[in-house]
Amino acid sequence: MSETLALHAPALVILLPLLTAPLCFLFSRAANGVWATALLVSLLSFLCAAFLLEKTFDGRVLSYHFGGFPPPLGIEYRIDMMSALMLLIVAGASLLGLLFARRSVARELPAARQSAFYVCYLLCASGLLGVAATNDAFNMFVFLEISSLAAYALIALGGDRDRRALSAAYNYLIMGTIGATFFVIGVFFLYAATGTLNMTDLADRLHALPVGSRSLYAAEAFIIVGLALKIALFPLHVWLPNAYAFAPSAATVFLSAAAAKVAIYALVRFLFSVFGLDFAIGGETLNAVILPTAMIGMIIGSFSAIFARHAKRIFAYSSIAQLGYMMLGIGLESREGLEASFVYLFNHALAKSAIFMALGCIAYQQASMKLSDLHGIARDMPWTMAAFTIAALSLIGAPLTGGFIGKWLLMDAALAQGFWLIALVIAAVSLMAVLYVWRVIEAAYLKAPTGRRRGAPRAEAPRREAPFSMLLPLWIAALLSVYFGVDTRLPVGAAEIIADSLEAAGQ
Amino acid sequence: MDNALQILTEDYNAIIATFLMMIGLYIVMSRAHLIKKILGLNLFQNAVFLFYISAGKVGGGTAPILTGEAGAIYSNPLPHVLILTAIVVGVATMGLGLAIVLRIHEAYGTIEEDEIAQADIADDTRDEDRE
Repeated sequence: MSETLALHAPALVILLPLLTAPLCFLFSRAANGVWATALLVSLLSFLCAAFLLEKTFDGRVLSYHFGGFPPPLGIEYRIDMMSALMLLIVAGASLLGLLFARRSVARELPAARQSAFYVCYLLCASGLLGVAATNDAFNMFVFLEISSLAAYALIALGGDRDRRALSAAYNYLIMGTIGATFFVIGVFFLYAATGTLNMTDLADRLHALPVGSRSLYAAEAFIIVGLALKIALFPLHVWLPNAYAFAPSAATVFLSAAAAKVAIYALVRFLFSVFGLDFAIGGETLNAVILPTAMIGMIIGSFSAIFARHAKRIFAYSSIAQLGYMMLGIGLESREGLEASFVYLFNHALAKSAIFMALGCIAYQQASMKLSDLHGIARDMPWTMAAFTIAALSLIGAPLTGGFIGKWLLMDAALAQGFWLIALVIAAVSLMAVLYVWRVIEAAYLKAPTGRRRGAPRAEAPRREAPFSMLLPLWIAALLSVYFGVDTRLPVGAAEIIADSLEAAGQ
Repeated sequence: MDNALQILTEDYNAIIATFLMMIGLYIVMSRAHLIKKILGLNLFQNAVFLFYISAGKVGGGTAPILTGEAGAIYSNPLPHVLILTAIVVGVATMGLGLAIVLRIHEAYGTIEEDEIAQADIADDTRDEDRE
């Protein structure tokens, strides 16, 4: 039984949500039924991902041949530690997000669109899982587009509550499609040069080619820019803030935890496993491009977060800054830097999804997310704001939280190479994080509620704590982000194996 | 000069595709009309598809259907198959894009980008003026 599962888990983890989504669309209009099915499928998918992670934890690589055609001719799913970790993050985020989604979606979306939300959600999850699992460059493009198209739809579904969701979804669609098309041009140049699309085979054949080939430079440049658009790396980040701020709460939780990270994974896969650092564009040029853009993104994202007045937008801008941290570790191009990036990525997924779930709990109780309307909300929603505070501490990087481990490793990696300026920026941006997190905490805990002003109309019902089904996933994510700050075996152990294998492939 | 001529005569597919791509990208960037932008995006994507397919042509090759003749030359069928998938992606993108434009028209009453941006800014300031 275990052997059969091991044989088919790499396919099952993706096919379960991918096949369930259209079936749900065809056969069910009842939102609760679709939600229950989606939750069950997500749970199974998560179990498969956990199983795969356990199987690959000793550095083993699982290979699944679709239709029984062996690679490089057939499409191969190849699960190494890096894929397995991404599968776990995506499947875990999808599971937590769905647990959270039922009450939140029931409140935020009109009844007619609720089942469509879950269908898009499942499609988005399966697309992201597919990107992490596949070892075929074109297959990766298709999965990237499945997830992106579903994400555009998810964001646009927020349009019933705030029309800005629609223009945000439109901008994301234009930018995302340009990015995907750039990616496909890059893949085309690779295919034209080597005649293969299997990424392992691609790496082997590329390195047999002369180093100075111009089409390979073009290929790498197109792939980097295309994926940078999907990551929202500065200066290609403009679509992100409004998209995250006005999407339905449950969609923001899932997208912020999983979407950009999978694009980072794809970029790492191409830079290190396919091209390698001493081929085509090469490590030094990448260094000179990625490090400054990552740092500027960190600073600009944090500045915008400090001056934003819409709670969800504050943390959308913060995402741009946090993605900068992850890119920084990749830009360092060292074993330590990569390790730090993956630890950071893991912990940020937990902390950010907890924060957006807390904001979603608030959105469940009141329509406005303005900071001035959050005054005194901790009195009415103590459990929500307590979990928010824990997750925010992890985001800042307070000791004993997951965020601290990530930042510590990143600082260490920067200093090990003598980049003291980078270490300084990391510290400064963490202080800026304290500032924008403090603005929310101050509003929630220290300010008097404005709704009780004399003479003010009391249109809204008194605020109450969010329902248990929303608090549960929020607290799971918040507590896990502390747990992985104390017991670091899973993220750090996995990141070490990933960094080792990438370093070996990059040589 | 010889080199340029060679590129013109032998790689004209790349030149045409690049030309179309740039027209498409320029439309996306320069037009404010949301539907025109989507059409530009579509042109951009289709130019890439054309590039793929034209590159799969093998000189003197026929359609890749096995006839049993010895020594027959076939065009490379793989780019065709890839682009068939990519066309589906492109159609889905265009469909979704137009659907969003329809919703934007309902919500904003316009599909001119600058007017929408102004409405968004107005919404933003309304969010903030109660500080």
